[in-house]
Amino acid sequence: MDLELLSRIQFAFTVAFHYIYPPLSIGLGVVLVGFEGLYLKTKNPQYAQLARFWIKIFALIFGIGVATGIVMEFEFGTNWATYSRFVGDIFGSALAAEGIFAFALESGFLGVLLFGWNKVSPTMHFISALLVTLGSMFSAVWIVVANSWQQTPAGYHLVGHDLAVRAEITDFWAMVFNPSSVDRLLHVWVGAFLAGSFLVLSVHAYYIYKNKYVEISKKAFKVALAVATVSALLQLLLGHHSAKGVAVNQPAKLAAFEGHYDSLAAADMYLVGYVNNKTEQVSGIKIPGGLSFLVDGNFSSPIKGLRYFKPEDRPTAVNFVFQTYHFMVAIGLLLIALTLYASYLLWRKKLFQQKWLMLVFAFAVLLPELANQLGWYSAEVGRQPWVVYGLLRTSDALSKAVKQNEVLFSLILFTVLYVLLFTLFIYMLNKKIKHGLDDFAIVADENPTTKRDNPIMHS
Amino acid sequence: METFLGIELSTWWFAIVGAVFTGYAILDGFDLGAGAIHLLFKKEESRRIALNAIGPVWDGNEVWLVIGGGALFAGFPDVYATIFSAFYIPFMLFLVLLILRAISIEFRSKEPMRWWRQMWDVLYSVSSALIGFLLGVVLGNLIIGLPIDSHYEYTGHFLQLLNPYALLTGATTLSLFAMHGSIYLVMKTEKRLYTKLSLMVHDTSRVFVVFYMLLTIVTLVYYPHMANTIKRYPFLIAVPVITVFNTINTRRLLELGKYLAAFFSSALTVALLLITFAMNLYPHIVRSNINPLYSLTVHNAASSSRSLTIMLIIAAIGVPIIAVYTSFVFWTFKGKVKLDENSY
Repeated sequence: MDLELLSRIQFAFTVAFHYIYPPLSIGLGVVLVGFEGLYLKTKNPQYAQLARFWIKIFALIFGIGVATGIVMEFEFGTNWATYSRFVGDIFGSALAAEGIFAFALESGFLGVLLFGWNKVSPTMHFISALLVTLGSMFSAVWIVVANSWQQTPAGYHLVGHDLAVRAEITDFWAMVFNPSSVDRLLHVWVGAFLAGSFLVLSVHAYYIYKNKYVEISKKAFKVALAVATVSALLQLLLGHHSAKGVAVNQPAKLAAFEGHYDSLAAADMYLVGYVNNKTEQVSGIKIPGGLSFLVDGNFSSPIKGLRYFKPEDRPTAVNFVFQTYHFMVAIGLLLIALTLYASYLLWRKKLFQQKWLMLVFAFAVLLPELANQLGWYSAEVGRQPWVVYGLLRTSDALSKAVKQNEVLFSLILFTVLYVLLFTLFIYMLNKKIKHGLDDFAIVADENPTTKRDNPIMHS
Repeated sequence: METFLGIELSTWWFAIVGAVFTGYAILDGFDLGAGAIHLLFKKEESRRIALNAIGPVWDGNEVWLVIGGGALFAGFPDVYATIFSAFYIPFMLFLVLLILRAISIEFRSKEPMRWWRQMWDVLYSVSSALIGFLLGVVLGNLIIGLPIDSHYEYTGHFLQLLNPYALLTGATTLSLFAMHGSIYLVMKTEKRLYTKLSLMVHDTSRVFVVFYMLLTIVTLVYYPHMANTIKRYPFLIAVPVITVFNTINTRRLLELGKYLAAFFSSALTVALLLITFAMNLYPHIVRSNINPLYSLTVHNAASSSRSLTIMLIIAAIGVPIIAVYTSFVFWTFKGKVKLDENSY
């Protein structure tokens, strides 16, 4: 394998692995804020018990997210030095803002969240949960801004020539609010809400299925179901809006989403299909003119196809982009159906009797995680052959000082390490879930609470 | 290049990146140091206390590394690109060690089996020590200079990075962290572990003094350019002189059992050593030993004025906020460590 392919595999592997965790943190953070807020409001100790149980899991997920995130920050320099030189002037300020405004906030208050039960008041603890969650959401802001700038560069000019060319910032706010950043940020946030809320749904559905911790699990399930239902519906809107942005800003990517080649024809929308990039044909079940309708509101509008772009300027893995995009959309629709159906049953007070549905929810945790992954695959592979759309090719972005063997070595290292990490993660998660909520129960304290001695700690 | 208060923006940014890495060295320095001496504690309870002494803060301390990396990327993209690709293998090992260390802290107390805890304790201690050591190796190579070509690309082999001088700076860094970490721990513990640590700090500080003297002599003999700035501005000799007095003072404070003061004093040592390093490196950041013209300096490797201005504003808003809540977090967990149900 050549250096470029190895470097791409390593980056894809490490970032995909990393991205298992941050969406869970963000989404779980939102649910935690809900639990702690409800505890403050209702004084029902079960909410504090839920918060304490989930904070332990949050810490596990957060820790792995941080550890694998540092790798990402270093990898730009180690494997993509030319890219770093090219984007540093722009990317740097986003990354600096991320570190200063977001990452420091979440990591700082995580200590209070985890170890602060006995040290701060319940209100301060709630505020810490809020700050950690906001911090993780701010993190997403700057990372998505930087990535969106790669998709739709704005607020820059090019300086230098040949090998030494780099993009320099001309307008910070134009860079931050580049054409795709708001759409994509909202899409990412809501994807994270889905991931986190479905984790909570999964665990408590499992408990209800097993007839354990039933009362408390019903409470948790309702909170998480509210987050999940709103998010699933919102995601339809945001996803659609995001795709319309892609149509305007990255037509080659949009064309790859649906395997659309002919610029003079209306574009179809496939429900399922297969793209043959050689013959430039798609076979499958389609809604004729569907994509044209979604983009333009008219079933017969022509849409720019892949053939419009020179072969070296368009993605080659068209079928991959097509499949990942379609699976993501399919999962999104499935999540809407699932959450709406569960909400309906909840309203009819029949939800928790449906054991089969609890079993479905127990496994459904995989769906939003999968959709988050697939969405990024189609976004990033669909941007190829560019690392910065229209400006810098992926093949030109590599580190010149790094040799093939070295990347192979580090790739093997990371593969072994991440397999170990993932195994430990699943093992610990499983252990915590099996261990259950008992240890986190609260013995009601009759005495008025003081700051140093709040009732949450007496287990 | 535009200026701010009469000083070039790129020089400001050099100082900021330096300050962030200094903050990192002071903060992660003590928890890496605590990790490096972890295996010297034999009792299970001692190890748990030692681990929980850094428990609420190590993650936050590591954030400074992330901010430092970001600040370097932002301020000097060419330096970031050159160094990180030049030190490819060491940085990859560094990352793997950081992850292994995080895993061991997280997992050691999750199972009661002796072998399980011993395994993670060894991993935790070895990775803590190696991380400190590798950071020192990087510093040593920056002092010597790297084979950098006209495109700012590293042309050497990674084994060249493990030269004797770099190994010495690595060992010195490790000994500095071990001192700093042991003083932190003595401050946070009580009873038997406290007694043990109150003896141990004398050893760790003595070892540091030996390495510190050795490194100073070797540097002056073999790499006299590390005194260039002092030759040009003789009043700056004050910095190394203060370092010497401060080190003596650390030892004195340890004798007196004033551990909080000693901790601040050893933090000051970390800062002063890095200031000495940075001021003598300036205006170079990465020295080319092929041709001095190929060196990366604050002038030729900086981001544009506009970018630096924006980031200066971001830092001016953000850093005071971080300072306030970092103090809050440390204040929340002040005092001696008590194990409870939230502990590792």
